[in-house]
Amino acid sequence: MAVLQFREALMQAIDEEMDRDEKVFIMGEEVAEYNGAYKVTEGLLDKYGFRRVIDTPISELGFSGIGVGAAMNGLRPIVEFMTFNFAVLAADQIINHASKVRYMLGGQASVPIVFRGPNASAGQLGATHSVAYDSMYAHFPGLSVIYPSEPDDAKGLLKSAIRSDDPVLFMESEQMYGLKGEVSEAEDYTIPIGKAKVKREGSDVTVVASGKMYHIAKQAASELEKDGVEVEIIDPRTIKPFDIETVVNSIKKTNRCVIVDEAHPFGGMAAEVGFLIQREAFDYLDAPVQRVTLPDVNAPFSKPLFDLWLPDAKNVIEAVNTVTYRK
Amino acid sequence: MANKEQEAIFTPIGLNNSENGKIDKSVKLPPVTKKKHKSLGLSEDDVIEMYRLMYLQRRFEERAMQMYQKGKFGGFLHLYIGQEAVSTGTVFALNDDDDIITAYRDHGWGLVRGITPNEGMAELYGKATGCSKGKGGSMHFAKTENHFWGGYGIVGGHIPIGAGLAFANKYQDNGRIATCFFGDGAVDQGSLHESMNIAQLWKLPVVFVVENNGYSMGTAARRHTVGEIHERAKGYGMKSALFNGMDALTVYENMKNIADEVRKESLPYFVEIRTYRYRGHSMSDPQKYRTKEELQEYQKTDPVERMKSYLLDEGIVKQKKIDEIEEVVEKEVMDSIDFAEESSFPEPEALYEDMFTGTSHFHDDRR
Repeated sequence: MAVLQFREALMQAIDEEMDRDEKVFIMGEEVAEYNGAYKVTEGLLDKYGFRRVIDTPISELGFSGIGVGAAMNGLRPIVEFMTFNFAVLAADQIINHASKVRYMLGGQASVPIVFRGPNASAGQLGATHSVAYDSMYAHFPGLSVIYPSEPDDAKGLLKSAIRSDDPVLFMESEQMYGLKGEVSEAEDYTIPIGKAKVKREGSDVTVVASGKMYHIAKQAASELEKDGVEVEIIDPRTIKPFDIETVVNSIKKTNRCVIVDEAHPFGGMAAEVGFLIQREAFDYLDAPVQRVTLPDVNAPFSKPLFDLWLPDAKNVIEAVNTVTYRK
Repeated sequence: MANKEQEAIFTPIGLNNSENGKIDKSVKLPPVTKKKHKSLGLSEDDVIEMYRLMYLQRRFEERAMQMYQKGKFGGFLHLYIGQEAVSTGTVFALNDDDDIITAYRDHGWGLVRGITPNEGMAELYGKATGCSKGKGGSMHFAKTENHFWGGYGIVGGHIPIGAGLAFANKYQDNGRIATCFFGDGAVDQGSLHESMNIAQLWKLPVVFVVENNGYSMGTAARRHTVGEIHERAKGYGMKSALFNGMDALTVYENMKNIADEVRKESLPYFVEIRTYRYRGHSMSDPQKYRTKEELQEYQKTDPVERMKSYLLDEGIVKQKKIDEIEEVVEKEVMDSIDFAEESSFPEPEALYEDMFTGTSHFHDDRR
């Protein structure tokens, strides 16, 4: 194992896959000469040159569509968004084209493409830079959505995403790029898409949390441990396909569940997983499933309001207290 | 604020618009080429085949329209009738492995790029034997093995994809170019402008072609966009061309020169081809936005009739040969209706097929 930053793990994955397959290339705003807005692509230009590491204009719709066309015509593009908040401008290419071309042409084309970049909020950036899009894209058939929380997951899953023959959205966080963690040094290290991981074992309550929310769940678990509550944390890692089996198996042991989701409440991952749990594990539940999400409110700028808006460990603890009837 | 008498007007008025009592045409057609097929490098067999393909597109769609009106199939049906010279001239001008992508008015393109009438008609009927296995319908004809990447239903949505096809060709240095066709309505979409900027910046071997048929659905070109469409290229420093799309030889001549240059120089091109759509936008279009007189004016320049007259006037064929071609095409089209009607609908399992190239995953799949 090597200790790497999240961004270094991503960079290794991209580097290894570009080295392995000449059809893989990366494009996006500031990926080449600037070395990546968040330094994920640092050094790649020097190694692979301007043909395979391509700076784009600020034209999300245009370069995403070029990626889709290039994927249909034999390449494996990695399209970097400076944030998924900007990818809304490219939604037509992701939702109407990348996910649908193969089906509507009766299987005559493939779209092996990765759209990646930071997701959700990253401090006081205001309403248009702070939305979590993983649940929204997971709504659409044909797309896989990955939102890892730790460097090891990031590397193994990004390599799998690049090798996928179908479109994948790979979500990161500005606030996690500097996060350090142990990363497997196994040769050709990949993690299968669609497999959750039990990241902390516990017998009292199951907490489901991915991406940045995993870390607040972890904080909450440490606090709760002091009170004698043992939390089992499941990181789905992949939002779609969602590994409900691992969650249900955990609930069979804990009989209680809290879902932490950085999206707004309506129709998000928490809503969907909550539904599946009530159907698949109804008889095992000792309390209604609780969720911790953003409120149905846009991101405010002002620090106290922003802190109130974003889910934190305290919110998770409250939810755990509710499902364990500790208050 | 304007009162009733001085009502603010936004979109220019189109109805009953005339200049000096003459119909104000929605598209003004540039002159056709004076060159004969030989000096364009086309053989007699080539022009005969061009006629056959144009007649096939025309009859295929006329019959499809009848079947649609009889309620044989549903969905949208956007007819290409009147524009056949554009697809035909272009396909002859391109190499067979050059890429073509177009919008939803795609039947003609498919037929010229090797979708058989059977595969086409069956697709309209939603049958498993259709070119897209009945999954796409009228708007999504495709034959990717022939480098026809299909018809697309979001206006302007396929324009960046066309640039992407060209990107992959350049990246792989395979000598192919990509051509991307869309209507005058798509000119107003931001996707075109982003694609043009990037294509010029990255020197992508792509030809963006506006088939200006005079109407963005029911809104005349002069009512939905400013200036001359082909002049947009200037803003991007892109080469451009404007020519008549009612004559297959004119389309061939221009597209051949453009394709050669795009291939040699690896540069994009922006082309406005002026043509005319005889039928409504789709089958539900009452066509209240144009006059019968205007339609009749353009029908005088009919591309299919023009090619037939050319073959006869140049002594390439006699009427008997024309009759033979038309008879064969007619039979082929009628047979395609039988084929479509006799073909099976996709099996229920097909619902879940063709979603993924790799491992399939369907959320909450309880089959």
